[in-house]
Amino acid sequence: MEWEIVMGLEVHTELATKTKIFCGCSTEFGGAPNTHVCEICSGMPGTLPLLNERVVEFAVRTGLATNCQITQKNKFDRKNYFYPDLPKAYQISQLYLPICRNGYIEVKGADGEPKKIGIHEIHMEEDAGKLMHDEFEDCTLVDYNRCGVPLLEIVSEPDFRSAEEVIDYLEKLRAILQFTGVSDCKMQEGSLRADVNLSVRPKGQKEFGTRTEMKNLNSFHAISRAIEYEARRQIDLLEDGEAVVQETRRWDDNKGYSYAMRSKEDAQDYKYFPEPDLPPIEISDARIEEIRESMPELPEQKKRRYREELGLPEYDTEILTGNMAFVTLFEETVKLCDSPKDVANWIMGEVMKLLNDSGTLPEDMTLAPAKLAAVIQMVKSGKINRGTGKTVLEKVFTDGVDPESYVKENNLAQITDLGAIRPVLEEVIAANEKSVSEYKAGKTQAMGYIMGQAMRALKGKAPAQEVQKMLHELLD
Amino acid sequence: MQITDMTALELASAIKAGEISVREATESFLDAIGQRDGAYHCYNTVCREEALRRADEVQKGIDEGVYTSPLAGVPIGIKDNICTKGVKTTCSSKILENFVPTYDATVVQRLHDAGLVMLGKLNMDEFAMGSTTETSATGVTHNPWNNDRVPGGSSGGAAAAVAAKLAPVTLGSDTGGSIRQPASFCGVCGLKPTYGAVSRYGLVAYASSLDQIGPFGRTADDCAALFSLIEGKDEKDGTSMVNPKFDLEKALSGEIAGKKIGIPEDYLGEGIAPEVKAAVLAAAEEYKKLGATVETFPMPIVRYAIPAYYIIACAEACSNLSRYDGIKYGYKSPNAENLMDTYIKSRSEGFGMEVKRRIMLGNFVLSSGYYDAYYNKALKAKKLIQQAFFDAFETYDMLLGPVAPTTALKIGESLSDPLKMYLGDIYTVMINIAGVPSMAIPCGFDKEGMPVGMQIIGKPFCEAEILSAAKVYQSVTDFHKQSPKAE
Repeated sequence: MEWEIVMGLEVHTELATKTKIFCGCSTEFGGAPNTHVCEICSGMPGTLPLLNERVVEFAVRTGLATNCQITQKNKFDRKNYFYPDLPKAYQISQLYLPICRNGYIEVKGADGEPKKIGIHEIHMEEDAGKLMHDEFEDCTLVDYNRCGVPLLEIVSEPDFRSAEEVIDYLEKLRAILQFTGVSDCKMQEGSLRADVNLSVRPKGQKEFGTRTEMKNLNSFHAISRAIEYEARRQIDLLEDGEAVVQETRRWDDNKGYSYAMRSKEDAQDYKYFPEPDLPPIEISDARIEEIRESMPELPEQKKRRYREELGLPEYDTEILTGNMAFVTLFEETVKLCDSPKDVANWIMGEVMKLLNDSGTLPEDMTLAPAKLAAVIQMVKSGKINRGTGKTVLEKVFTDGVDPESYVKENNLAQITDLGAIRPVLEEVIAANEKSVSEYKAGKTQAMGYIMGQAMRALKGKAPAQEVQKMLHELLD
Repeated sequence: MQITDMTALELASAIKAGEISVREATESFLDAIGQRDGAYHCYNTVCREEALRRADEVQKGIDEGVYTSPLAGVPIGIKDNICTKGVKTTCSSKILENFVPTYDATVVQRLHDAGLVMLGKLNMDEFAMGSTTETSATGVTHNPWNNDRVPGGSSGGAAAAVAAKLAPVTLGSDTGGSIRQPASFCGVCGLKPTYGAVSRYGLVAYASSLDQIGPFGRTADDCAALFSLIEGKDEKDGTSMVNPKFDLEKALSGEIAGKKIGIPEDYLGEGIAPEVKAAVLAAAEEYKKLGATVETFPMPIVRYAIPAYYIIACAEACSNLSRYDGIKYGYKSPNAENLMDTYIKSRSEGFGMEVKRRIMLGNFVLSSGYYDAYYNKALKAKKLIQQAFFDAFETYDMLLGPVAPTTALKIGESLSDPLKMYLGDIYTVMINIAGVPSMAIPCGFDKEGMPVGMQIIGKPFCEAEILSAAKVYQSVTDFHKQSPKAE
């Protein structure tokens, strides 16, 4: 039988606001435990939440970028449950009136045509703290630094039919969140987290099968693998005449399998009710327009601008806009050295190669635009050749050296005094009598060898054209 | 006149005139507490040393012209559910018996800025849940008028302290009558402000959509003066509102002639003690004599008040009180073996019966499958109650009625019958649901000598009008001048 996979995504993203959603504490990742904490985010008796307006703005930006309707009269609700990482024993979230509804993101469908993935809703909520299990002391400690960091939960419709569509959607969503400045989307730091709801059904069947929810998916790669594993597991069950159990499963990426965390029967009653400590939030038409107008460029807008104003080919715009880190590096570097195509080539070539080789994610890249610009400028002006440029960039990338001082200290600059080249060439000619006589006898290919020897002797620092010209003068 | 016999405003002007020092004033009340509070148990915590240190500081501030508020130098007691930095805030619960806040509530900060001196923290029903102060984990407060009677609640300590002259003024909180009912039982004045008029930041929450902090005093003027210091928008409380600045002069003007006063018929119906009814109707006659028109009108929505209140209040309470879980602060059961055990045992051992009853009620009405039948219905009733007050205020400038169906009950009388206790809140809870202000003042005594109170209910943010109406009444009567005999 042919099976169809049906999936929906719940994506949580931490917002890039400076302060938390209901207090003035820093949202910065890391920090010694319980240092980004006050009486409000640690849930001390008597404290009250105060909404960070920036969170509403970021939510509206996300909604506008994903074609959602904006709910103009919003409320917060309380989701009640006990856990040590949740100091108030309730999470302030939105159940009844989420801020954005009925949007979509376009992905590439199975037939290569654009396909709309529906967004059911986007709502605002607060993150919980973190538990740390101390094996030596045999105890559990709580770090409330993350408590109250603003989150958006973006809930899709069950519109996905393949892992490729899921990954394409996540890449598009990540680009939107990054481009709008809403989130840095660092999966390893947990600022982008995706849970996958998955069921299978015989192709052609209308009713959905029983679904499972998969958690702990920490990379796009893990998501792909987990989807493949879970679809296979469900199909095997059904083909063996067994039933899929509705449950939450946890993916173990090291072992490459998932296991059941809790079944539907254990599902908690969160006893949602309207949050009485926060007044309703009204978002006027004017406010929505204001946010729309102040929105940073989205990927599609950037692509068009790069094409039309900077003259980049379609292919380049596609790659550069795939990640905000590339966009930032590209735009900042172009500002400094004003040759968009060169900058694009260096990023798509050398920079991406260096990232790949070192296994660095673009968002973790520390390469400063000024340093990339310096390398490009030196190559462009002929101070160093392209090969040297690559070496220098690698040093910049790995050791953070200053490109100009590095070239100077290591004596890598091109020889610009042509008079200094001639004696070296004469030595090369003297040392390669055989090739020279072959060349003189009409074997023109021998010139290539002599040229190579000459460049080696010059340590690659002389302009090749000049060297070639001079060799001809000496031999012809 | 003894210092403890003075009203807060009298004391403040004596201090301002240099006739009494802040230290003398503070010491007088501290000594009175030391001598007599053993009989009443108004205070959970007395801050003797800190109060005297602060008294000297305030004196210096007054001398230098830093503190110029109408109550500068006056000592005050604070209900034990209002957070005070460095001073235990227990909510009269075992679960917070050693809890010391790291911050001051906004009202406490404002009183500090106005140059008042805190004497200590006042007893209450546990987490403000109760109408008698009998649910306090530290023991009941006795009514200064009769040792065998309750002071009312939940702000029983705050009302009794003013009646017993163990503080000139106090701050309480009112979620369903917790300022007005004990004021009535103890023969003092208490104001429940408009919801949003006073910041709740630092008030340990019982039912967030109903809680308000308000003043107690022996006169309407004292309440007006204290209210003027604590009211107003607070950036830390999103539900506090920008409202026209409270007009203290208007509140002290005593205007009443030409006003229309309405008495809800349903406030004088079945269940009210005849002596209470008679006292309220006599007060109505006084207002007529003063030039106001008074008439009764039907308000049948009253019958939904109790169920709507207990559903909304308990729903919010069960969520608000979930944070007391034995993990971060407060009582943690020494007998717990694991996480779930810590939750269950800490909460079972740390909370008292009434609190547990309301937590269970709240969880029940919010449970899936029951939410629509209870909580949603209660919200609909809330809308209707708000509408009923809105309609009434189309016709009347203010409303008049009893605070409670009876005078103070005997200690132990209502604990065994929670429904009876809940029904005693019938005239007060509606006002919290509607969010309007209401002032309780003494208007008589029953034949056993216990005080009777009435309440004057105003339009939103019209505290000045009802305080003024109370003042006029007090200018022609002397119920508020009566004091219980010292024990």
